[in-house]
Amino acid sequence: MPTAEDLSGFANLETLDSDDLGKLARAGREVSFPAAYRVIQEGQRADRCWLIRSGRISLDAQVSGRDDIVVQTLDAGDLLGWSWLVPPYRWHFGALTTEPVDAVEFDSATLTGLCEDDPRFGRDLILALFEALLARLQATRARLADLYRDPAEFRVSAQLPGTATAETP
Amino acid sequence: MSADVQAQAAAASDTMLPYRVVRRTAPTHDTVTLTLEPVRRAAGRFRAGQFMMLYSFGVGEIAISISGDPTGRGDVLEHTIRKVGAVSGALSSTGVGGLVGVRGPFGTGWDVESAAGGDLVVVGGGVGLAPLRPLVLAALADRGSYRRVVVITGARTPADLLFAGDQESWVRDGSVELHRTVDHPSPQWPGRVGFVTEPLAQLHLDPARTTGFLCGPEPMMRFCAQALLRKNVPGDRIRVSLERTMECGVARCGHCQLGPLLLCRDGPIVTYTVAEPLLGVREL
Repeated sequence: MPTAEDLSGFANLETLDSDDLGKLARAGREVSFPAAYRVIQEGQRADRCWLIRSGRISLDAQVSGRDDIVVQTLDAGDLLGWSWLVPPYRWHFGALTTEPVDAVEFDSATLTGLCEDDPRFGRDLILALFEALLARLQATRARLADLYRDPAEFRVSAQLPGTATAETP
Repeated sequence: MSADVQAQAAAASDTMLPYRVVRRTAPTHDTVTLTLEPVRRAAGRFRAGQFMMLYSFGVGEIAISISGDPTGRGDVLEHTIRKVGAVSGALSSTGVGGLVGVRGPFGTGWDVESAAGGDLVVVGGGVGLAPLRPLVLAALADRGSYRRVVVITGARTPADLLFAGDQESWVRDGSVELHRTVDHPSPQWPGRVGFVTEPLAQLHLDPARTTGFLCGPEPMMRFCAQALLRKNVPGDRIRVSLERTMECGVARCGHCQLGPLLLCRDGPIVTYTVAEPLLGVREL
């Protein structure tokens, strides 16, 4: 079983106090996955989540006629699995280990029970998860903005007819 | 520095000197690295983070950051240029033996020495890694003066990651904690997929002893600076490289004005405390 100290190393949980971390740790179990192991199958029932202690997991999506598309990777310190929080409790993306992974696994029914028994703990846990989710959303938005694109492409699309184009380094 | 010495230094920097291309490599499909040697007289020694005005004869002049080693031969310049317009295209096409006009060095540097004794967090996005390379090389040349050297690089695809060979050697000898991440992976890419803020957010930092160095698109720098601020790294120890159209390089023409700053003189590198209020003004 993981300890509160083990969980204190996760940046996503830094807002939880030691009592809350202890409660969370008692609900978790240590698991290991080999490389190329499918942890999550898209569309299946979402009843768990994981805090990754080491290794890397790729999130992928099935696209007809193409290989699975890797949309993101998760590394040590990241949280895997959000779909257990909200209906319909089905995984929206798949998850495949790209190298051996050690993680702390939580059963969603146990977490839900802890939150219902102690609403203050539940609020703090959900806020911590929300902060992690917000960071992931902002990073995804930044990637959508395609910030590393050639600036000349931006200028061409934004340029009015007949205006000059200044060059910047 | 006295006013006379300052004036002499400014005059020397403002003199265009002929340099010859002695090496030309293409680190990615849209960038070229030119190694330049002086034909007669060399420009003054540069500091990491400074830039040169490079002139392609008959086409024009633009500001280009120096991507070479500031601890190496003082007379050799290295510039990594992305082809985005007429001048950068002409410079990029200059072959070995070709001549380029050089003025500089100009602008503020990263001042990595002031972070001695602490941890360095270096984040470069896209071609923004080019002005950061001299900083990393300077830190590695004096590795004992720093604790952690963390480098986070992001790019559109694995093929767009600059200085791949450098990065592999930095990791091989254990001198750098490297995190590379891309937006769109190739099937063979074994690394991270995501934005640079994600590995940054997972770092356990000692905020009182950390200095951040950020270069890339302005939104990227803003997001990274906010991630560092959330970790209690003070804004005056987060340095960002700002980019506006540089024309004269010597604070005369005003083209590079950003609020009260003339970036060719007061920048391109400023603290986030200085940059933050300016970056929030749409018209600047």
